[in-house]
Amino acid sequence: MNDVLHQGALSIRQAGKIYDPAGAAVVALEDCSAEIRAGEFVAIVGPSGCGKSTLLNAIAGFDRLTSGEILLDGVTLASPGTEPRPGPQRVVVFQHGALFPWMTVLENVIYGPTRQRVLGADAARAKALDMLRRCGGLDTAGQRYPGQLSSGMQRRVEIVRALMNEPKVLLLDEPFRAMDTVSKSAMHRHLLDIHALYPKTVLFITHDLEEALFLADTVYVMTTRPGRMKTMLRVNLARPRTLDMLVSHEYLELKRQVVAGVHEEAQKAFERGERELA
Amino acid sequence: MTPLQTRKLWRMGAGYLIAFTLWYLSVKWLPLAAFARLPDPVTVLKEWFAPEPAYGISIFTGAYYKHIIASTLRAFAAFILAVALGVPAGILMGWSSTFHDYAAALIGLLRPIPPLAWVPLAILLLPAAEVAVVYVTFLVAFFATTLNTLVGVKAIDPDYLRAARCLGANRRDLLRDIIVPGALPQIFTGLQIAMGAAWFSLAAGEMIAAQYGLGFLIMDAYNLIQYPTIVIAMVTLGILGFLSSAGIRLLGDRLMRWRSGAMGLHR
Repeated sequence: MNDVLHQGALSIRQAGKIYDPAGAAVVALEDCSAEIRAGEFVAIVGPSGCGKSTLLNAIAGFDRLTSGEILLDGVTLASPGTEPRPGPQRVVVFQHGALFPWMTVLENVIYGPTRQRVLGADAARAKALDMLRRCGGLDTAGQRYPGQLSSGMQRRVEIVRALMNEPKVLLLDEPFRAMDTVSKSAMHRHLLDIHALYPKTVLFITHDLEEALFLADTVYVMTTRPGRMKTMLRVNLARPRTLDMLVSHEYLELKRQVVAGVHEEAQKAFERGERELA
Repeated sequence: MTPLQTRKLWRMGAGYLIAFTLWYLSVKWLPLAAFARLPDPVTVLKEWFAPEPAYGISIFTGAYYKHIIASTLRAFAAFILAVALGVPAGILMGWSSTFHDYAAALIGLLRPIPPLAWVPLAILLLPAAEVAVVYVTFLVAFFATTLNTLVGVKAIDPDYLRAARCLGANRRDLLRDIIVPGALPQIFTGLQIAMGAAWFSLAAGEMIAAQYGLGFLIMDAYNLIQYPTIVIAMVTLGILGFLSSAGIRLLGDRLMRWRSGAMGLHR
């Protein structure tokens, strides 16, 4: 095994989150557990509002758990008694994109290492250009502003900005949600290539089962609120993943195993939404 | 120049021409006593550009520029003070909910008070009429700057703050790298409003409490029945207000180059 893979094991143990415990007491997460190995590409699938983002917020250090705990390489990251604290060990790539529009691509990408003072400006720039180039020739866009890039390029730059910090875990929060089918497919290719180059632990949150199966080593299906892990599925498709796998017998068999479960949760979430609106 | 720009220029010119024609006709042809006393545009223009103006104010007289300089200095002093205090106040209000609670209710009550209502108190409290005029001008500009800055800070996507914290930013980094540049578009909108507001409350303040300046000139010319001078001072105020707003817009465009030529953030 590669050295890089020895870091980034995530252990989610009976994680629970209740919003507004004194009032509405919305149980977003309950008894949610998963063991994620270092370097594993994990996809978490579930309907909107199932608590996927709550779990991600707890791992990222944006929000506090109300029960259970989450450990990274044996160290407690999140628990009811741990002050939430985001940091470069686990960097989030946001659903709507969060490149700083007032900084150039290069300034965005070197932001992490220069703010943490782990690299000087020149070293950070050299590293950034190298990573941008490896991740699909993005180095030529270094002096441009995010608003001048296509949405696909923006997402890739944001992933590079995250990787610049040598994170142990990369947290991707439905990053391709707003994209059309063609761009999405291109982005899957890019993400797989980037993951092959920089094999970090990836937690990829999505409501798209096919995307999850195509990208991940392991797919977790979450139940609708209160969110917990309903099914765990090992995806034994070879890497590199290719498009023809999408029609392979193995892929379809995996899909068959979980599609009913995903649909059931989506249906529940939908009905609850109708009830809450009624 | 593209055909579209040419057409736009023509229309702007035509707009002026129509307004001037209406003005001229209403003074010269309307059988109304009220309009008969107004100076017509030709008289005003002749006076404005006369080497030896009938009423002492034209582009060739030193007095004209003395008034312009007096007003400009007051407007800019008030404006700079408003920016220096208003931008930090707005950022602080957006940054700290404690400070917001202290200040928001107070500003909510003070802001609707028209600037002119402050004049008597300002004269009583402040050491000189000069300072009172600047103070009144400052007030409106300050509120516009503060509130727009606050809106700008509040409108920053929280994901930018979260992203910066993931990347290792501390509180001071957040302020410098995210809050200030993120609020800058709104801040500049505020500055433009503040500049406009400064000019209009300045003119009003000068009418009441000054010995120089374009506002004073308007009132003075009225009292002395020098009607073309009134119009000259009014148009000059318009030009100065327009130029200073345009200057702020230009500065804003330079500082926020990331907004120009953008295809829009794909979100």
